[in-house]
Amino acid sequence: MKYKEMRIAGLLLAIGMVFSGMAKAQDTIKVGILHSLSGTMAISETTLKDTDLMMIAEQNKKGGLLGKKLEAVVVDPASDWPLFAEKAQELLENDKVAVVFGCWTSVSRKSVLPVFEKDNGLLFYPVQYEGEESSKNVIYTGAAPNQQAIPAVDYLMTEVGVKRWVLEGTDYVYPRTTNKILEAYLLSKGVKPEDISINYTPFGYSDWQARVSAIKKFGSAGKKTAVVSTINGDANVPFYKELGNQQISAEDIPVVAFSVGEEELSGLDPKPLIGELAAWNYFESINTPENKAFIQQWHAFIKNPKRTTNDPMEASYIGFNLWVKAVQKAGTTDTEKVIAALPGLETPNLTGGMAKVLPNHHITKPVYIGEVRADGQFNVVWKSSGTIPGEAWSRYVPSDKNVVADWVTLKCGNYNKETKKCSGQNYK
Amino acid sequence: MKKSFLWAGGQWLFVLLLLASRSIVPVYAQSPSDANFLATLGELRNATFDDKDKIVDRLAQSGHPSVRAVLTAFLEDRLYFRNRDQKIFFVKPGEEGASTLDLIDPLTLKSAGSGSADDFTKILTNNHLRRVLQTTLARFGLSSPDASVRLDAVRDMEKDLDEGNVQLLRERSSVETDSAVKEELATSLALVALNGSEAQTRLSAISILRYSLRQDVLNKLQALLEKSPDGSFVESDEHVRQAAAAAVKSITRRRSVYSGIQTVFFGLSLGSVLVLIAIGLAITFGVMGVINMAHGELMMLGAYATYVVQVAMPGYIGTSLLVAIPVAFVVSALTGILIERTIIRFLYGRPLETLLATFGVSLILQQLVRSIFTALNRSVQEPSWMSGTLQLNEALSITYNRLYIVIFTVLVFAALLVVLKHTRMGLAIRAVSQNRAMAKAMGIRSEWVDAMTFGLGSGIAGIAGVALSQLTNVNPNLGQSYIIDSFLVVVFGGVGNLWGAMVGGMLMGVVDELLEPYSGAVLAKIFVLVALILFIQTRPRGLFPPTGRASESQ
Repeated sequence: MKYKEMRIAGLLLAIGMVFSGMAKAQDTIKVGILHSLSGTMAISETTLKDTDLMMIAEQNKKGGLLGKKLEAVVVDPASDWPLFAEKAQELLENDKVAVVFGCWTSVSRKSVLPVFEKDNGLLFYPVQYEGEESSKNVIYTGAAPNQQAIPAVDYLMTEVGVKRWVLEGTDYVYPRTTNKILEAYLLSKGVKPEDISINYTPFGYSDWQARVSAIKKFGSAGKKTAVVSTINGDANVPFYKELGNQQISAEDIPVVAFSVGEEELSGLDPKPLIGELAAWNYFESINTPENKAFIQQWHAFIKNPKRTTNDPMEASYIGFNLWVKAVQKAGTTDTEKVIAALPGLETPNLTGGMAKVLPNHHITKPVYIGEVRADGQFNVVWKSSGTIPGEAWSRYVPSDKNVVADWVTLKCGNYNKETKKCSGQNYK
Repeated sequence: MKKSFLWAGGQWLFVLLLLASRSIVPVYAQSPSDANFLATLGELRNATFDDKDKIVDRLAQSGHPSVRAVLTAFLEDRLYFRNRDQKIFFVKPGEEGASTLDLIDPLTLKSAGSGSADDFTKILTNNHLRRVLQTTLARFGLSSPDASVRLDAVRDMEKDLDEGNVQLLRERSSVETDSAVKEELATSLALVALNGSEAQTRLSAISILRYSLRQDVLNKLQALLEKSPDGSFVESDEHVRQAAAAAVKSITRRRSVYSGIQTVFFGLSLGSVLVLIAIGLAITFGVMGVINMAHGELMMLGAYATYVVQVAMPGYIGTSLLVAIPVAFVVSALTGILIERTIIRFLYGRPLETLLATFGVSLILQQLVRSIFTALNRSVQEPSWMSGTLQLNEALSITYNRLYIVIFTVLVFAALLVVLKHTRMGLAIRAVSQNRAMAKAMGIRSEWVDAMTFGLGSGIAGIAGVALSQLTNVNPNLGQSYIIDSFLVVVFGGVGNLWGAMVGGMLMGVVDELLEPYSGAVLAKIFVLVALILFIQTRPRGLFPPTGRASESQ
């Protein structure tokens, strides 16, 4: 009798477990991924989607988060900026995702910003950008200008002895704002206005012969000259090809780029580029155990041992880990509580040191400067001592220098210290 | 127990190593200078870039017979040390990224076996260090039997005119026989003499330099004319100043002439790219009246065909490019014929529907390529004969790849004219486009001719793709960035007119390049577009409008 009762009880328990198991399987945490999978930006953004999927799979292997599995919701905004806003709304309102990892270009970020603020969502943005922004609902895990552009210019000025500057960029918000900051910075360091040449070309520009010849001429004035390149995406390949063809070597006029990494070089013959510089917060060639493990994990996930890793991938990795820690700390995925939990959290970088979320929703990052080598990787020739905290507002731009972002005490992304006013979410 | 076993193992290893090192000694006995050389070389392992600079200098001073080979390896990123014993090796060229390294001993320059790349650490260089290495190595090149090597050596040494280099250049100039090298030597020695204390030396230096076209010479001469902060001239001697001013004027004038020629060449080369992408369209749009929005994608297919041919022929980059021309033509032509047979032929006379349908086709082709080759850029390598510049003189240089593309465009254009004017197929194409009903009555299969014409235009697009693969990214979006330009050229030149496309494209290219230095690339593009719209407003049929029935075919 007793035995039978036990059997029934056991059966009931088993059934109960099955049901609760099913209930658990249905109860997942949804993670939105908002990267272009088609159109011009697909080249760069597809990789980040894969990185996010890899991180989610990895977390699920560890048992998920708060006892729930993570479920990726992937949408394709197709490199179309207004579509970014629509897709963001879809993720936040229909799919009710707990967090979104996404965007690449600044214009796509600007497009989704009002949506995230209206629906009180949470976006992790993994790409280096121009600053002049800090939103309550965005964590910027890529470099601010003071974590990439300024150290690169410093390196050229002090270590290479550059006296004359060409600021060459693609015509949109990131290069224009970065160059504004750099110009102000160079002038503050005593560079004469006639030693700075600023020029913009359209997206996907391919006829570089006249520009490169102009750079050559500008660089032959007897002072050491360097090019600071914020040329974006596709235009880089013909630009470097033309440099090679006109025989401007990195020893004569070095080019330091902020948008050229391992991924971009993989579509190029690196021979004519040897010695050209790039400033990033991560290089695949940096030899740390964390980085080795990450690269191995990536190759296993993508099933291609030749795929490279790059800086925005590391920023995605950091962003994901920060979010996981914040959810664990808050004990919930409620965005309000997760956002409150984020400042002060730390997670290791792949190249050493810790990435710490600051009150301005930027993070601390190490800065590296690398020279292209023959295999398409970078030799690190300079690194910052320790990590550098990200600044949303540049101290070198007159209109920005009194503005601070602080989401812990001031609860404002653009607080003016002089007028003591939070100018509201007045995004340019 | 375990410990002692390990210890024994360690001892054995030690004994083995000892034996090994003993067995090496008799093969090559080290002289004191060798030991010195090795020790200096060893310092490179942990040195900062600044220290490496000094070490390179010391190595060069050592006069050791293998210094040139070692420094060349260092310059080319081939210098390593073994992690286990810190011993320095360099590896054979062309092994970047290989998992095993073929080692060469830095003293004997003989092969020293091979090892796994993981066991070795590369000794890094940076730009500055590479410059130092180049100038250091240039001294070895100065006595090379090859005049072009000597010329490069002199040019490299000029970048660092210190006492030692000047002395070497002087010695060389007294024995040099080659005229080009001699001239280069004279110029660089004159540049040094410009700093001389005697006014007469400076004057004679200027008399040599005034025939130069070089920018650095111009800078040096201009510096003589400047005033110091206290108001006095940098150059104290009146005569020297006058000579310098005259030289500056002459150099500037000659340079501006050459830079004008260069701008026109830039314009022609941009124009020839425009012509190349437009003449295919001039056939499909101009002759047949089909608005083919997938024209750009046919170019993209040509570019991918180039990539595939190159991958299929590893080691023959130059040949593969030539092979790719017919392959790209066939691939794009067949695709074009397929599009014509399956879609366009049902839509003749309905331009709007054709436009929409072909736009759809262009999206399908893009996604097809994206699915096969991924969205990543594919790198099509440049053959060595296409890279570099043709240096006509110090102020005028033309890049080979642009030069070849100008020539290529002219050849393609000429071939197309021949096909249209002197072949039976060309005759049929012209007949059908002039008067379809009459052509049919004469026994021409007009349907077949339509397909062939469309195939021809598409094939030319494929050939344009081969050229574009040398200039820009090969990715699924390649076509999109050129389709607007190609329509502009055809409309500007006059629909249905190959010569119109030629002249229109060249004109647009030259105007664009002339404007660019003044307005920047973005505005130049806008100006060209606005001018074009105004032009079309006044002459809606383009530069060369069809004037009679016969001219319709060209």
